[in-house]
Amino acid sequence: MIATKKLSSGAHTGTNVTVQRIMWQVILAITPATALGLFYFGWPAVNLFIITILSAILFEAFCLRLAGKVAISAILDGSALLTGWLVAMTLPPWAPWWIGVAGSGVAIILGKQVYGGLGQNLFNPAMLARVALLISFPIEMTTWANVAPINSSHAPNFSESWSITFSGLDTMAPIDAITGATTLGFVKTEFSQKHLLPDILADYSLFFDFLGWTRGSLGETSALLLGLGGLWLIRQGVIKWHIPVSLLLTVTVLSGFFHLMDSHHYLTPLVHLNSGALMCVAFFIATDYVTSPNTPAGQLVFGMGCGLLIFVIRTWGAYPEGAGFAVLLMNAATPLIDHYIKPRIYGRYRNGKPLEPKTVEQERKS
Amino acid sequence: MFILTAVVSLTTLGLILGLMLGIAAKYLKVESNPIVDELEALMPGSQCGQCGYPGCRPAAEALAAGEASPTLCPPGGSSLAEQLAKLLGVEIDLSDVKDPELLVARVSEDTCTGCTRCFKVCPTDAIVGAPKQIHAVVADACIGCKKCVAVCPTECLQMHPVEVTLRNWRWPKPSVSEEVATC
Amino acid sequence: MLKLFKKRRIRGGVHAEEHKASTSGQPIAVDFPLPKKLYIPLQQHVGKAAEPVVRVGDRVLKGQLLAHSQGMISAPVHASSSGMIVDINDYPAPHPSALPIRTVVLETDGEDKWLEQPLAGDPFQLDPEEISLLVGAAGIVGLGGAAFPSAVKLNLGRKNKIHTLLINGGECEPYLTCDDRLMQERAVEIIDGIRLMLHGMETGQAIVGIEDNKPAAYQAMQDASLPYPFIKVEQVPTRYPMGWDRQLIRYLTGNEVPAGGRSADVGVIMHNVGTAYSVHKAIRLNQPLINRVVTVAGGAVALPMNIEVPIGTLISELFAFCGVDQDATQRIVMGGPMMGDALPHSNLPIVKASSGILALTRKEIRSTAQQPCIRCAQCVSACPAGLLPLDMANRIRNNQLDAAVDIGLKDCISCGSCSYVCPSNIPLVHYFKYATGELVARQQAQHKSEQTKRLIDDRNARIARIKKQQEEEEEARLAAKAERERLKNEQGTLA
Repeated sequence: MIATKKLSSGAHTGTNVTVQRIMWQVILAITPATALGLFYFGWPAVNLFIITILSAILFEAFCLRLAGKVAISAILDGSALLTGWLVAMTLPPWAPWWIGVAGSGVAIILGKQVYGGLGQNLFNPAMLARVALLISFPIEMTTWANVAPINSSHAPNFSESWSITFSGLDTMAPIDAITGATTLGFVKTEFSQKHLLPDILADYSLFFDFLGWTRGSLGETSALLLGLGGLWLIRQGVIKWHIPVSLLLTVTVLSGFFHLMDSHHYLTPLVHLNSGALMCVAFFIATDYVTSPNTPAGQLVFGMGCGLLIFVIRTWGAYPEGAGFAVLLMNAATPLIDHYIKPRIYGRYRNGKPLEPKTVEQERKS
Repeated sequence: MFILTAVVSLTTLGLILGLMLGIAAKYLKVESNPIVDELEALMPGSQCGQCGYPGCRPAAEALAAGEASPTLCPPGGSSLAEQLAKLLGVEIDLSDVKDPELLVARVSEDTCTGCTRCFKVCPTDAIVGAPKQIHAVVADACIGCKKCVAVCPTECLQMHPVEVTLRNWRWPKPSVSEEVATC
Repeated sequence: MLKLFKKRRIRGGVHAEEHKASTSGQPIAVDFPLPKKLYIPLQQHVGKAAEPVVRVGDRVLKGQLLAHSQGMISAPVHASSSGMIVDINDYPAPHPSALPIRTVVLETDGEDKWLEQPLAGDPFQLDPEEISLLVGAAGIVGLGGAAFPSAVKLNLGRKNKIHTLLINGGECEPYLTCDDRLMQERAVEIIDGIRLMLHGMETGQAIVGIEDNKPAAYQAMQDASLPYPFIKVEQVPTRYPMGWDRQLIRYLTGNEVPAGGRSADVGVIMHNVGTAYSVHKAIRLNQPLINRVVTVAGGAVALPMNIEVPIGTLISELFAFCGVDQDATQRIVMGGPMMGDALPHSNLPIVKASSGILALTRKEIRSTAQQPCIRCAQCVSACPAGLLPLDMANRIRNNQLDAAVDIGLKDCISCGSCSYVCPSNIPLVHYFKYATGELVARQQAQHKSEQTKRLIDDRNARIARIKKQQEEEEEARLAAKAERERLKNEQGTLA
């Protein structure tokens, strides 16, 4: 019957965008890059990927139970799945199972639920997990597998992959010398031995790097697919362009400037942009709604800050890759940015005072 | 030796600082709290006693002494509680302050004898009338103190909730329980 | 160049699904059967309620005055048809609460006979004040939804330096097409109304702003305004809330109305196209505002249409005429879906400000459960006023109303854009309406407590005065007695 049971105010209709839909769109956007990663790094990567995501969902359910909330509907919103997925993407593809579990635990419990759950956290859970793992388990977190597509002859078969994931790499006698450093890591080590860039990058192929045919994190090797996924998200209106553009532009301008000053010691912007981690952070991590500023201007500042920190850490820091640290630092600055950068209210000056009725008249005359 | 030096120097430091504090307390003493007057000025002043204190002044004194919560005054409601808390510089959780259901007295015309007792006790002169004539309550001035109800010999004065009209209707707070707990 | 850029700037807003196609193509229906009873509320406007001048049992003619306006800001109410007054009492108001409102109930006699009144002659020979008097006497209020008495605004126009009259043909609310149809079918009358208003306001030029999703209305208005170069018809982009007066003012003039100020502060005044049409009818045909065009639409309506109905018609009768599926109706909305009010039932009358009645189905009203805020800031981008809806709602939820005011609660126009885009389906506007009402209530409570204190002080002073007086009288009495005693004693001793 016609009867409005409870009072409801406008708007009485709405868009069909829901939290679930947003989460699934992001997942869809990172699927190609992840799929490529899984293909390049074979069954051990698949194992790790599944373990990480499953444990993220279990941790989420566990926390919700503890908090006395309805777990099912919350898990269906896809946020835990997405967090677990992002954690998995940033892990070395052949890392042991417990790295994935620990990562998910840090991300979901320490990164999200202790703050009160979805929408309450200060730091990006996936980056928090990555940084925590990197500091706690530096060996496991910097042991990178060579690309060995799942169907190739030198890829580990299913049972070998099982022992890689569950017993660790050192037991893998048959597959020798499968590990090395990422491009950025390699460059950093070589610099420390006083080598110069032209020699260091003699074997480097921008093209292969671009396609993701390179050592790196599980889902972060292909700048191409990550970038395409990000552009699709912008097109879908899920994320805005401000953070990715300002972040990538800042890195490009800074690295370009230094490269022009001294091409022997500073990488070209192309190598920077080609690193999948940068693309992943620019489009999927830094744009996290919860931990980034609310206003377009604030987002530009946030992106610039991330870009600056990434470049500084990559170039002069102790770690070859600074994206995680950069994002966490800027996450901490987000409340400050939101406090100082607010939209101007209609009919008021930026400081909140009402406009003077006369100024407009005067302006019109002038 | 080192220990001795440490003990001696720390003791001396403590003594000197203690002395300074003592002097400061003596010479920079703040005269007794004038805040009671300010608090009392905010309160309704009807001495209705609903707070449990014998009047508005004792209630203000209790507030200033920190013995009572700013939410003590039912007729003042959350608006007064907020002002009191602001003056006292304390934080209060207004969600606990249920604004009391506002009541107004109404005279039942059948049983009123025009005894004038009620309008003699009304603190806000909200009851009008004359001896031997039916009295009436000016609803806007009534503060719901119920003093008139107590003195009415025929029980013709009764308290009624303030009627909700289009003028005083307000949107209720959206209930949080509607939120599916998905955090 | 800079100015051009500034002028064309639109802030915030949403591209809402329009749902206008079902009604914008068909002519306004004028064959609505006259209802047996009309329920005409005495307050259909901002300001004081009108005071009835008829009594139960009176026979009235169509257009006859039922209640006259009270005070500066008010509007009279007229009989929407001929018949007999059968009741003047409290009936449910077309309001979310459906609380009672004083209403004149008119039983129609079916003759629909007009009250004969002489026409005023050429209105352009009249004094401008005469125009606003006529507009006020016709009970015309802003028909865009605000229901502010139009005569007051015309007077404002004369008192302030108004350089342009803006006419709002935005109609940015989804579903609603009553202004669209009015412009398509009655453009000449609207333009005439605009000329009359310009005369009444002593203002030189007018600009009509029409959203560019109404090309037919734009064309019709353009054609009708050709003979009058001082009336410009402009297209504005389709983006809700383009019809918010201040958004339209900024878009058309480049000026921004100061917060807390009025549009007159930047030299303009805005009226709705429906209002202009009513002015035309009031002055040229001597017909007060007794009927209006209402859009009946929504998923549960079998025959959605624009329909001209007498003020006081019950919504249920409109629904019956348009074939509303009662079971499919999940929510009845008066006005548009963005800013309109949900009504608890359909036995409520159409009033002057009812631009549309929607019968929305479950699918249309988005019944997904509320979820936690994910700070996506869609509401920040959508807010045309430049506010932070998510932060405001958060503070209000935690009872920090003053903190919400600090970040702009008072500048919220309740346009609904934030609620519309919220992926978590948080009732943001509801929070803001609650907070605004609560702040008013607190202010009133404070006012009352001040009044109470004054009353108590007065009473105490009076009691003290009486006591003092009594004491003085007592003293005087005692003194007199003593005097008498003394005299008596003296006399005694003398004797």
